[in-house]
Amino acid sequence: MGRYLGRKGLIYALTLFVAVTINWMLPRFMPGDPISDMVSRAGLRDPEAAARMQAYYENLFGLDVPIWQQYLNYWGSLFSWPPDLGISMWSFPRPVGDLVMGALPYTLALLIPAILLSWYVGNKLGALAARRKALDNTVLPVSYLLTATPYMWLAILLVWFGGMQLGWFPSSRAYSGNLVPEFSMSFIGSLALHWVLPFLSLFLVALGGWAIGMRNLVIYELESDYSNYLGALGAPPRLIRKYAFRNAMLPQITGLALQLGVVLTGNIVTEVVFNYPGLGLLLLNAITSTDFFLLQGIVLFVVIGVLICNFVIDIVYVWVDPRTRTGLQGASA
Amino acid sequence: MSLHVDDLRVYYRTVHGDVQALDGVTFTVEDGEIMGVAGESGCGKTTLSKSLIRLDGRMRHIGGTVELDGSVLPLEDDRAMNRFRFTDVSIIPQYAMSAMNPIRKIGTMMRELLESRGVDFKQLRPELERRLELVGLSRDVLTMFPIELSGGMKQRTVMVLSTLLNPSLLIADEVTSALDVSTQRAVAETMAEFRDREFVTSLIFVTHDVSLVYQIADTIMVMYAGKLAEKAPADTLVKQPRHPYTQQLISSLPEVGVRYEEQQLAGIPGTPPGLLDPPGGCRFRARCPLAFDKCVEEPPFVEIEPGHSVACWKAM
Repeated sequence: MGRYLGRKGLIYALTLFVAVTINWMLPRFMPGDPISDMVSRAGLRDPEAAARMQAYYENLFGLDVPIWQQYLNYWGSLFSWPPDLGISMWSFPRPVGDLVMGALPYTLALLIPAILLSWYVGNKLGALAARRKALDNTVLPVSYLLTATPYMWLAILLVWFGGMQLGWFPSSRAYSGNLVPEFSMSFIGSLALHWVLPFLSLFLVALGGWAIGMRNLVIYELESDYSNYLGALGAPPRLIRKYAFRNAMLPQITGLALQLGVVLTGNIVTEVVFNYPGLGLLLLNAITSTDFFLLQGIVLFVVIGVLICNFVIDIVYVWVDPRTRTGLQGASA
Repeated sequence: MSLHVDDLRVYYRTVHGDVQALDGVTFTVEDGEIMGVAGESGCGKTTLSKSLIRLDGRMRHIGGTVELDGSVLPLEDDRAMNRFRFTDVSIIPQYAMSAMNPIRKIGTMMRELLESRGVDFKQLRPELERRLELVGLSRDVLTMFPIELSGGMKQRTVMVLSTLLNPSLLIADEVTSALDVSTQRAVAETMAEFRDREFVTSLIFVTHDVSLVYQIADTIMVMYAGKLAEKAPADTLVKQPRHPYTQQLISSLPEVGVRYEEQQLAGIPGTPPGLLDPPGGCRFRARCPLAFDKCVEEPPFVEIEPGHSVACWKAM
């Protein structure tokens, strides 16, 4: 177990290193020069003043040193405490760290329930569908429809139906414009109301995929040799189904790890459609205003998030599948 | 009390029609008897072994009865059959290597299975360990996962589990097919030992290997294209076979001491008929060297001397 985790940890450290490096490289080699934009926005007539302003900004953002020095400085600032992610250009002069931390709770509040609930409910639904013909005939087509739906299209439908036709839920922002964030009933109520539609759009699309996958896996497991053997020895269907479900869960756990990246991108679109102030919306703003540091800061958080989730799933896998354990110790045949 | 199978018919349902895989089979297995069932692929031997314990989804019980120890088995009722499975009739499946749940410890799987059948696992555990020891396995296998065992160990574990409740009939379906020759012999002898120790009352040993089943069986039944060809005491069947199919089957076996460089080993030319729409009359007719006019009528399966039955017009 210790060796396994050690090896996994090393792989994740390597992945993080590569990801951070690419993350640092991409905006720098992207076309567009944000400093020139900022200077030209100031509208200075005097070229000397413009040059001085350019130099000031380059110094401020640490762009006046050789490119390798910038790279080392980047790593250095990440490991300082508190980590210094630089200053945003889009929302100058607020630090990137503050902006990201401000947006993070909204994204997490949206993503974590959407990912986990869709996974749980989808698996339950799929397992049920594998069992009953009538359910199979309804769950399966609906699931195909849901999983083939683009996030933004479903989001727009939800805005139209839940927001405009029924008028039950607000379809934009995370809380009413006339409230300020505080710990009060009216604020939390407003937060919850605004949360429903974006959550549903993420939840429903992911749900379909899980249900289809689980149904197929359970049917496959129910036809496997160990299920047949249990049946031949007169085991009640309940026990056979329990075993099949447990075995079918294993690929679904891996799927959860893989799905995380997809859900994250879906989340960006969703936040844009609902104007929800999470990381996705922030990312869009960073890209449209060529804000290097904000972009880097957000992507860094996304990368770390995906890595942490994958690591957690690796540990869960060791716990649920004995083959991972024995396989790594070398099976004693 | 023994097993009586009377005119058993089990067909496979396919989109093209019914495949008559088991078409009117009648035989008896006495208490304490080891009956070998031999025949080539597609002759219905696996269909027979499945029919006696659990029909799979495509199989349909068309007719005939199976009576075990005085009670008729409700073949077509999957739920009602549960009462007989494991305790009265049990099976060692073809796929013994993959018969155990890969993510459960073997002991846990056994406990959950036995408790689901209302058996007290704790009480049975000493006997289980004794039997594991008998087949050369340590009690530690109970705390292991199937992946930690070799193929032969898995097979022996399944043999012990299948016979744990002392069933009166055990079906061993092609249990030796995936094993090397020396292990085949050991497995066959273990099966005979299980009978001698009365872990099982009687045994149906299904195989395509006549020479192997000859070593342990009391009687051998030869099947061809879903029907019985011949049934006789093992010695008689091998030394004085009466059905031309059995004769050819036996003559295609190699003999010790004979060099087959000079003398080609005889085989049986041709292939068995398709069972979707089998030909009338004797089904072996097209491959039979002795076939004559009468063979367009179906030969009855009759006893030509005590304990020796044949379905061939030439043998009567």
